[in-house]
Amino acid sequence: MSARSMLRIRRPGRLAAEAAALLIAAAVAFPLYWMVLSALKPAGEIQSTDPRPWTLSPSLDSFRRVFGQNDFGRYFLNSLIVAGTVVIVSALIAFLAATAVTRFKFRFRTTLLIMFLVAQMVPVEALTIPLFFLMRDFGQLNTLGSLILPHLAFSLPFAIWMLRGFVKAVPEALEEAAYIDGASRARFLWQILFPLVFPGLVATSVFSFISTWNDFLFAKSFIISDTSQSTLPMALLVFFKPDENDWGGIMAASTVMTIPVLVFFVLVQRRLVSGLGGAVKD
Amino acid sequence: MTANSTAYKAPGTSGAGGTSTRPLRRRPAPSARRSGWTPWLYLLPALVLLGGLLVYPIYQLGLISFLEYTQAQVSGGEPTTFQGFGNYATLFGDSQFWQVLLATVVFAAACVLATLLVGCALAVLLTRIRAVPRLVLMLAALGAWATPAITGSTVWMFLFDPDFGPVNRVLGLGDFSWTYGRYSAFALVLLEVLWCSFPFVMVTVYAGIRAIPTEVLEAAALDGASQWRIWRSVMAPMLRPILVVVTIQSIIWDFKVFTQIYVMTAGGGIAGQNLVLNVYAYQKAFASSQYSLGSAIGVVMLVILLAVTLVYLRLVRRQGEEL
Repeated sequence: MSARSMLRIRRPGRLAAEAAALLIAAAVAFPLYWMVLSALKPAGEIQSTDPRPWTLSPSLDSFRRVFGQNDFGRYFLNSLIVAGTVVIVSALIAFLAATAVTRFKFRFRTTLLIMFLVAQMVPVEALTIPLFFLMRDFGQLNTLGSLILPHLAFSLPFAIWMLRGFVKAVPEALEEAAYIDGASRARFLWQILFPLVFPGLVATSVFSFISTWNDFLFAKSFIISDTSQSTLPMALLVFFKPDENDWGGIMAASTVMTIPVLVFFVLVQRRLVSGLGGAVKD
Repeated sequence: MTANSTAYKAPGTSGAGGTSTRPLRRRPAPSARRSGWTPWLYLLPALVLLGGLLVYPIYQLGLISFLEYTQAQVSGGEPTTFQGFGNYATLFGDSQFWQVLLATVVFAAACVLATLLVGCALAVLLTRIRAVPRLVLMLAALGAWATPAITGSTVWMFLFDPDFGPVNRVLGLGDFSWTYGRYSAFALVLLEVLWCSFPFVMVTVYAGIRAIPTEVLEAAALDGASQWRIWRSVMAPMLRPILVVVTIQSIIWDFKVFTQIYVMTAGGGIAGQNLVLNVYAYQKAFASSQYSLGSAIGVVMLVILLAVTLVYLRLVRRQGEEL
């Protein structure tokens, strides 16, 4: 639309613009390409001081070292459990809260909204100290709960804030019609509103998934002695050694850690773009 | 009601963007159902979680920052004692704190500026190219966006590795170590932060540009406006609400950068030369067991980010945006 018409007007510059776009895309994608490439290079080529942007003898040795680590499967599973729980539970809780603040009028509504906004600004890392003591007092250190609970709480404000737009977009008339047809409030909530807001929930869940999956500060601080409760970042850090980093292992572990997020992103990509537009537009 | 009535005035202050469709889309929140407890019931799980895991820890953070709290108190060996502003006095008397604070502000400002410039420029670029190259650039950006901070950091470290990295090879820098010097280490982290945060700005601003009515841009182009002029005089004013959001969001993210600094400069660089407030607080608390000093740094960060938030709220309010 707007893009197409601009093209009509400024045709001469278009090819140059497209060439620039492709070059930039290549530069932006290069680190990821290099990561996968290095993960597949045999040990000798990684340690080469004359690195080549290709490899003629790809090997899975680095991946074998990653997967051969004690408990690697366990770490992966733990990461999945933590991120999965946070995504699902925070989506449900945020949906309820977003419905409350967009479709009802009540005292302190605006105050609450401002609070949700302010809550997003809180530097989560600074709260590691009190959270550490909180988890200790409740006997949650070294459990996956110590990772799930804080991430759940920290993903909520942004999720609620973003979902507002989606909930607001569902026409009032639909709600009135549902009530006239005799639907209960719960029925409207779960059988009409929920499916309509679902795309928004997916877009929102990207953020909670990423922040949880990526976390390494809490994983490092709260899982201190029981490594069977560790998550993926710890499996990655193992390959950093004081004398010589095992770059092949680091790149392979990084690849393994990045792929689930990439898959998730590609799956929800369209909804994400439209979702951001919707959330930010008004 | 006040929020609703200001909503209709919104377009007046921020340019005439999309005025025609607004009143239709902006149905006010249902005033018919002032239904007592239902909203609070819906809010309950969120409020319980946020109260327990966000508000209470903030309170505790503040509390610890006024106590003497070191390893002895943590293990229960000694009673905690109230220090008043003692911890803050220690902190503000430490020249390293001011140095770190300055570094944090300058580094965050550089990151925000770079991210916004690159993000906006590429968003405009996206509107000028055909579907296939646009998709390619979009996908590459999404890849960078999706990459976890920790793996992004390790990959960038490897790219710039003095021995085995391709960047030094291509630039002919020999075994120049990027993490040895203070500024080159910050520059390296900045590049990584830029790489993983410009996509958010690009995608959001692009979505915003798409929503601008075509005729407006066409008219500007027909009147002979240059691309820069169109951006400055037409797009930017109409995109103002979106630009405010991405700017504030970037400030908040970049001010809180932790993983990149921690991983790429190995916990804050040589002799702490690359510390930012976030990492500084963590190191004080968990590496040297000075929990109260760490908490005091956390409080300082909270106050600064709160100030940013208040500025943001004022901007939003001035535009008359409905909350």
